Amino acid sequence: MSDHSLDMARHVRGYLIVGAALLIGTLLTVWASYIDLGHHWNLVLALVIATAKASLVALFFMHLISERSLIYLILGFTAFFFVGLMFLTIGANADYPPLTTTR
Amino acid sequence: MDIPYTAQPRPDTGIYNAKAGIWLFLASEVMLFGALFSAYILLRVGAAPADWPHGLLNIPIGTFNTAVLILSSVAVVMAWASLKLRQFTRFKTFQAITVLCAVVFLGVKSLEYRDKFMHYEVWKTDGTRLTGHLKGKPMFLTLAKLKAAGWEKIEFIPDAHFYAEGKLAARKHDGEHKTVEIYVSGIKRLSAFVPAHSTYFAIYFTLTALHALHVLGGAVVIAYLFGPGSKMWFTDPERFTNRVEVTGLFWHFVDLVWIFLFPVLYLL
Repeated sequence: MSDHSLDMARHVRGYLIVGAALLIGTLLTVWASYIDLGHHWNLVLALVIATAKASLVALFFMHLISERSLIYLILGFTAFFFVGLMFLTIGANADYPPLTTTR
Repeated sequence: MDIPYTAQPRPDTGIYNAKAGIWLFLASEVMLFGALFSAYILLRVGAAPADWPHGLLNIPIGTFNTAVLILSSVAVVMAWASLKLRQFTRFKTFQAITVLCAVVFLGVKSLEYRDKFMHYEVWKTDGTRLTGHLKGKPMFLTLAKLKAAGWEKIEFIPDAHFYAEGKLAARKHDGEHKTVEIYVSGIKRLSAFVPAHSTYFAIYFTLTALHALHVLGGAVVIAYLFGPGSKMWFTDPERFTNRVEVTGLFWHFVDLVWIFLFPVLYLL
């Protein structure tokens, strides 16, 4: 086997491990949702697991663990605007008192 | 004249054209779904607890569909790795698995939609609210349609629990499902679980239908590269491998969006 083939074979093993981790993460998310931690902690836990799963997809399947700087630059801009959007969302919500009545 | 850098990377950036293009496109997709997630957050925090449904989506089916998308993501990256290893037959197998997973995902999603169109909420004039199914499982009925058809009463099979009882209680399906008769004159509003039912279902259908369109679009391109598009492998293998890589990047993004949609819509 050439060095390239050996390297790819290692990658393939890695993809299978990441796939298994994603499936386990999915089951963990479902299991965690049946535990009553209080709404806020359930939310935090679900988002932490989802972010961990999304990171695995982005880093290994999308190869962001070893990409070129131009790709990181594009994603840096995206992250900046995405975080800005989320701050606008939180700010917009803070502008209004919480809704307390039903229809 | 040949377009440069379709197969080989540009020396200064180290990437080929299509890769730069797909990442720019994915950046715009992040903002598209980001805006819709933002709308979800505002609707969710703005809703009174009794108006935000729980337990109306089937968690085992949602979990199954999540597993299907994860499997498809593994298959699509394995297809690309197979081309890197010069194993064209293996590539074909993994592409076929990916397309199959996409078809299964969309099929299951369609069945989920169908189930929602037959699932109703009744707002009665005495102030009580019930969710459940109408006998015969008709779709898209409304109070206006009942009145126009001259119905006097409906036979309704209520769910064991009402969604406002809380997340964990609403997920239980215990208890008897007795048919009850409800007079049309005692109904204030009747709605299937369609986008017009509530802000929850409006954002649920918007997010999941947009996501399903992405699955459909991705599947069509992957199927093309599996079928007629694969001829390029024999004339320009590097460029073909790049094409498979960029479709794979799009497919992983679709998986990534679902990783957030599943807990947000089904579990929280």
